Amino acid sequence: MAAVDNGADDVYLGFRDETNARNFAGLNFDEASLRKGIDHAHARGANVLVALNTYPQPGTWRRWHAAVDRAAALGADAIIVADAGLMRYASREHPKLRIHLSVQGSATNAEAINFYHERFGVARAVLPRVLSLAQVEKVIGRTKVEIEVFGFGSLSIMVEGRCALSSYATGESPNTHGGCSPAKAIAWQERGTVLESRLGGVLIDRFDAGESPGYPTLCRGRFTVKGETYYPFEEPTSLNTLELLPKLQAMGVTAVKIEGRQRTSRYVETVTRVWRSAIDECATHPQRYRVHPAWHEALASVSEGRQCTLGAYHRPWK
Amino acid sequence: MIPQRRPRLALGPLTYYWPRAQVFDFYEQALAWPVDTVYLGETVCSRRHELRSADWLELAARFAAAGKEVVLSTFELIESDSDMRTMRAVAENGRFRVEANDMGAVALLAGRAPFVAGPFLNVYNAGTLALLAESGAMRWVAPVELSASGIAAVRAEAEHAIETEVFAWGRLPLAVSARCFTARYHNLHKDRCEYRCLEDPEGLLVETREGEPFLVMNGVQTQSASVQNLAPWMPDMARLGVDVLRLSPQASGMSEVVSVFAQLACGALGVDAAGERLAHVANARTCDGYWHGQPGMARVAQPQ
Repeated sequence: MAAVDNGADDVYLGFRDETNARNFAGLNFDEASLRKGIDHAHARGANVLVALNTYPQPGTWRRWHAAVDRAAALGADAIIVADAGLMRYASREHPKLRIHLSVQGSATNAEAINFYHERFGVARAVLPRVLSLAQVEKVIGRTKVEIEVFGFGSLSIMVEGRCALSSYATGESPNTHGGCSPAKAIAWQERGTVLESRLGGVLIDRFDAGESPGYPTLCRGRFTVKGETYYPFEEPTSLNTLELLPKLQAMGVTAVKIEGRQRTSRYVETVTRVWRSAIDECATHPQRYRVHPAWHEALASVSEGRQCTLGAYHRPWK
Repeated sequence: MIPQRRPRLALGPLTYYWPRAQVFDFYEQALAWPVDTVYLGETVCSRRHELRSADWLELAARFAAAGKEVVLSTFELIESDSDMRTMRAVAENGRFRVEANDMGAVALLAGRAPFVAGPFLNVYNAGTLALLAESGAMRWVAPVELSASGIAAVRAEAEHAIETEVFAWGRLPLAVSARCFTARYHNLHKDRCEYRCLEDPEGLLVETREGEPFLVMNGVQTQSASVQNLAPWMPDMARLGVDVLRLSPQASGMSEVVSVFAQLACGALGVDAAGERLAHVANARTCDGYWHGQPGMARVAQPQ
C-alpha cells in the first residue's frame, strides 16, 4: 500500500511460501491479503506483479503450478518467473496471463530473452545487475521484449540465479529455497568488545566496538586472501542510479526496479516518493533533469551502509 | 533386475587460466587418460585467451581422433558483443557437440544439433528438463546444489530419455559475477586486469579470519575451497543411473584422480581404497554435502 499510495506503477508481491525469492517469516501475502492488495492497487491504476521467481524443486513442483493457477485466478497483472519449466506450464495453462522474466532467470543477452519470448510469449525481462549501460542499450535494440533494470536497492554482486554460496554454507540458497543466508543458520557471538557473526558455522565477520554490524551475507563478509583481510567480494553498499535516469529513459528502458520488499513502510514511502518525482521530472524535462540534493539525502537516510554506487552500469567499477 | 551400467567419465572444462604451454601439456597427458568425454574451451572469462578458438578446435580434433567424445563448452555469463560472437562461433562450429551454459546458447542450438545442457542452466525439475530435451538436449548436467534424491526425483518425473551427468570431483563452481575478484584483489580494473589469474593456477584462496580455507576466487567465478569428492558414493550414483561423472581439472594430480575413478567405475578398486588414494591428491579438505541434501561444504563420508 505504501508503494501504491506513493506513486509506484507496478508492485511486486509474493505468496507466503518458497514460491518467491523473499521467503522470510512474517513477510508476503496469504490469499485474502493478496486479494485486498490487488483491489487497492487496481483502484489506483497500479499493476500487481506476483513473484513466482524461485526454481521449483524436484518432486514438489505441483506447488508452483498451484501458485501460478492462484495468481491467475486472483487477477494478477503478470507473474514474474525464473524457471523455464514453470513458464512452459504457465503459457500452456494460462495463455492470457502475462509473464515477466525474473532477474533470477539470469538472462543477460537478447538471444536468451528472445528464446523466452518465442517459446512462452514473455512480455518483459528484468536484467541481472551485471551489464554496463552500453550493453543494456544493445540488448534493448535486439529484442521486442520490454526491459526492466535495477534502479535502487542492495547490490547483489553475484549474477542472480547463478549463486550457490548460501547453500554451500547453509544448505539453502535463492534457487533452492527462495532466500540467501537464512536466519536460522546465523549465529552472533560476543567476545569481549568484539562481535562475531557466523553463517552455517563459518566466521563471516568480526566487528569492533563502534563498527555497525551488517547482516552476515557471505558475499559481504570480511575474509583473508594471502594474509590481507578485507571485503574480497563486496563492501556493504547500495545501488543508486538516480543520475542515470535520463540515459535509461532515452535508451528505452520500460521500468526501473526499486527494491522494496522485506523493508519498512518508511523505507518504501521515502524511496517510492523520491523515484516518482525523479521519473516524472525526467519524463517532462529530460534536458533539464538533475538529481536534487534532497532526493539523495532522503535515500541515504534509508540506504544500507549510506554508501551508494552505480555498480556495473559504470564500467571502471571494480 | 536391470544390469547397472558403468558410469562414464568426463574431464570437465578447464576453469583456471594457465599459460599456453601448461594447457597444451595438460591435454597432451589427458589424451592417454581413461576418460570417455572431454569438455574443452574457455567458460569463465572472455579476457582469457592464451588459447584461441583455433587452438581449442585443434585440441578437439586430436581428442576426437583418439576416440573420445568431444564437447565444446560455452561461457557461464554473456555480457558483451564479443562474448556473444564467441558463443555463436562455438554453438555453430558444425562439427563438435556443444555444452550450453546459458539460455542464449540453447536458443542458438535448439533444433539444430543435440547438445549438453550445462550445470548453469538451472534444471531443478522435470518441466525444465522437458523444455531442454524438446530443444535438443541429449544430456543434462545437474546443478551442483541438487542432491541425490533431487536428481532421482527429476529423473523419475522426466518425460524424455536424457542422460544425466554429475559433478563428481573438483572445486565446486558456486557463483559467477560481473566483478572480477582477482582484479579487485590486485586493485586493478576488470578491463585492465593484467591477466593476473595466470599467477594462481588454482585460483586465490579465501580464508576466514580464523584461517579456515573457505572459497576460491577465480576471476569472475567463485569456487569452493574444499574439493567435492563423490567417489565414496559411486554405488549410489550407479544405482541412480547417473550416466557420466564430471571430473573438474586441477593443476596437479589429475592423472591420479582419473585413474582412481576409472578403476572404481569398473570395480577394480574398492570405495575405501579409492578414498584413501584421493585424499592424498585432493590437496584440500574434501566435501560431499550437496549429494546428501546438506550444506555443500559438509563432509558425510568418513575421513579415510
